[in-house]
Amino acid sequence: MIEPSTSSTNGLEEPATVIAGLVAEFRTPDALKAAATKVRDAGYRLWDAHSPFPIHGMERAMGIRPTILPWLVFCAGLTGAAAALLLQWWTNTIDYPFLVSGKPFFSLPANIPIIFELMVLLSAFAAFGGVLVLNLLPEYRHPAFSVKRFARVTSDGFFISIAASDPKFDLSATRALLESAGAVAVDVCYAPAEAPRLPGVLKWGLVVAALLALIPPLWIARQRQIPSDVPRLHIIQDMDFQPRYQAQGVGRFFADRRATRPPVPHSMAVGGRQLDAHFYQGQIDGQWATTFPIPVDRETMERGRERYNIYCAPCHGLAGEGDGMTHQRAVARREPGWVQPRSLHVSNVREQPVGRLFHTITHGLNTMSGYAAQIPVADRWAIVLYVRALQRSQNAVLDDVPTALRPALLQEPTKP
Amino acid sequence: MSSVAFPAFDNTSDDPTVRAPLTTPGQNFQTITETVCRVVERPRPPLGWYIAFAIAVAWTGVFFLLVVYLVSTGIGVWGNNVPVAWAFDIVNFVFWIGIGHAGTLISAILFLFRQKWRTSINRAAEAMTIFAVICAGLFPALHVGRVWVEYWLFPYPNQMGMWPNFRSPLVWDVVAVSTYGTVSLLFWYLGMIPDLATLRDRATGTVRKLLYGLFALGWRGSARQWHRYERAYLLLAALSTPLVLSVHSVVSTDFAVAQLPGWHVTLFPPYFVAGAIFSGFAMVVTLMVPARAFFGLKDLITIRHLENMNKFILATGCMVGYAYALEVFASWYSGNQYEWFAMVNRAVGPYAWCYWTMVFCNVVVPQLFWFKSWRTSPWRMVLVAVLVNVGMWMERFVIIVVSLSRDFLPSSWEIYKPTWVDLGMLAGSFGLFFTLFLLFCRYLPMVAMAEVKAVLPAAHGSGHRH
Ligand code: HEC
Repeated sequence: MIEPSTSSTNGLEEPATVIAGLVAEFRTPDALKAAATKVRDAGYRLWDAHSPFPIHGMERAMGIRPTILPWLVFCAGLTGAAAALLLQWWTNTIDYPFLVSGKPFFSLPANIPIIFELMVLLSAFAAFGGVLVLNLLPEYRHPAFSVKRFARVTSDGFFISIAASDPKFDLSATRALLESAGAVAVDVCYAPAEAPRLPGVLKWGLVVAALLALIPPLWIARQRQIPSDVPRLHIIQDMDFQPRYQAQGVGRFFADRRATRPPVPHSMAVGGRQLDAHFYQGQIDGQWATTFPIPVDRETMERGRERYNIYCAPCHGLAGEGDGMTHQRAVARREPGWVQPRSLHVSNVREQPVGRLFHTITHGLNTMSGYAAQIPVADRWAIVLYVRALQRSQNAVLDDVPTALRPALLQEPTKP
Repeated sequence: MSSVAFPAFDNTSDDPTVRAPLTTPGQNFQTITETVCRVVERPRPPLGWYIAFAIAVAWTGVFFLLVVYLVSTGIGVWGNNVPVAWAFDIVNFVFWIGIGHAGTLISAILFLFRQKWRTSINRAAEAMTIFAVICAGLFPALHVGRVWVEYWLFPYPNQMGMWPNFRSPLVWDVVAVSTYGTVSLLFWYLGMIPDLATLRDRATGTVRKLLYGLFALGWRGSARQWHRYERAYLLLAALSTPLVLSVHSVVSTDFAVAQLPGWHVTLFPPYFVAGAIFSGFAMVVTLMVPARAFFGLKDLITIRHLENMNKFILATGCMVGYAYALEVFASWYSGNQYEWFAMVNRAVGPYAWCYWTMVFCNVVVPQLFWFKSWRTSPWRMVLVAVLVNVGMWMERFVIIVVSLSRDFLPSSWEIYKPTWVDLGMLAGSFGLFFTLFLLFCRYLPMVAMAEVKAVLPAAHGSGHRH
């Protein structure tokens, strides 16, 4: 049923065209529906009805089967929800866990808003993209538009179009059918004999451009993977250039051009109120103190014992012999360069004033580090008190024992 | 042109046995096409359009100049400072995003409820939604300060090895607002395709033919296409309905999840949604009354349409009033001295005038809509609608600024004062909004022709009753 035509209305040589089908106009939505039923019953397959708005009952009249669009949307929604859940779980729990106010890394309730939004977003894309793809849109060339009156289909015209490619199409028979169905006008519509093709150069050009476009992302992906000893390239360099003043440097902001500001008058650093040299430095008039600045009683002694056992015993041993667990292990492992913790009972240490012991705990000595940051001042004094007791206990003479207890001591059988 | 006379035709009857006509009598498919396309096709818009457009564009210019100033100098040019770190920017954000909600309500929720009167106003309302979301999105985007790293908001694999904290309402907000903007745009555009095809088929100039043709995607009203189209439209409506409710709920969690007295209220999500719809409808009324007068759309956008929207304003206004009362109750019932202080501070503190403006505009003024004369008189309803929008802006100011200005530690209390940049950007955002809306009126079909035609009695033929 292909009939070439060379109609040239304006004198110009028009490209060869072929008959693409018939377009019939109807008066009302009802007439269109009735005609559609007739065309359907006549067994046509490649045909369509056109109207400015959706007409109810048209699907039934034409025998259109329900679209699969809702299922596409459903699948897209599920994908969106699953992807959102996975993304939030993997990023916040596995790849980059970080604690916020002690909340769990993964908590479903907190993830629901984003699961919901992504579900809606992907569903909406599917609904929008789906309707275009299923409707084969955009389609910028359609034979029906070659009929002048068809332009009214988007205003107030009702049409039926039957394609020439339909197996049942026969120019006169089909025209008769449409006329008998109540058409007010039936027109032939034409299409160019040859469908316009994309020029080959353009096609290959696009393929090459698409391949070239892959290079930058692949290069970036590679750069991110391989180790590098220089900082990686990055676009936003805010963090590389942080304008700031150096301590003790020159500043432009204040009149005295000093970057470091003097403390506000009468202000005091936290912990800076160390006026009591005896308590804080263990010194009295520049000499090591020999007395305690805290009450010496059983309670302090107990506190000192407890703190000593926690902080000092690991190295110096529970009895202060310099044989704590750390030392034993270091010896067993033959740690190179290990210095044995000093026994607290050597005369040099025993003879030290309490202020000096306090100083050692506070600032450390050679390989022993200071404990100022860990042990509060009063506790350091308590430890000194306990160290003194330890020293007495290991170096006692008979005279140190209360008279009432001496006989019991002397009767003790001496060990071989 | 700008006649204020009460039209002789009256379709505002409340008789439930009579189906009120949705257009003036004598409308057919042809006249609807003519009425709507004429607005776009006339060689020159009315003088009023030029005046309005000039003013709007000038303010848009101010807005973007201020953006340049802000970005190049830093957000210190705003009045925000500790403790009021969220101020005009976030107030404007919540205000604009709320405005958008009425558009989606009209286009999606009323569609699901088969409210046919929506067809005359849904297109313009959806356009309003999109323009409002644009205005809204700009403020938090600028608020972050370093706008050039805006993309950090989104999850993408980066060499910092970091990911957003998805348990934070601020991230929910980014996702919700951008989803809302995208879905609204798709919904709007999908609905417009058949009407763009109408403009394409009537276009005379080459440029118009080309552009309308390009965006109409070759639509030819085929029944097979309509079938899928209607499905897609229904699905998008069904998706937008929970979406619109989620968006302002998520916005409200920006506040409700924080522990600041005055913010930490479980009432917030429904309260915010009701307020959003309230303010959105007020904005639709503000826009539609002059638009239908200037562009000759009174036959399609009738007094009944406006009256219906005013009923929505009345209903949501009462909900908002209820929420205000419940807020007072909740802060008293909490037995928490900070909560109660925050409440008292709103009512009698340094910002008391804001609070009472809010109560007056949002609770008292809408009560006028109990009177039919107010519901049906165009210029009187515009007065109410404008006051409602003033009130709703104040509401966000009261929630955000007033709560922040009095936090837990009295030594850090501070009174917030907007700078001229703050005020300029607020006015400028209105300029941007109206510029976009005026362009829309001039170049796009303001009324959904295909949908209005489908609800005309003639579309259903004989013997078909609903
Ligand atoms: C990490 C192991 C370690 C711990 C824990 C430790 N010390 Fe020491 N201490 C040493 C070592 C090692 C020396 C010997 C330093 C040197 O002379 O090079 C030492 C030396 C000393 C001396 C002798 C100082 C002198 O003048 O010769 C005293 C006293 C002392 N420690 C007290 C303490 C007290 C009290 C504690 C608990 C607060 C403590 N140490 C905790 C390792 C430790």
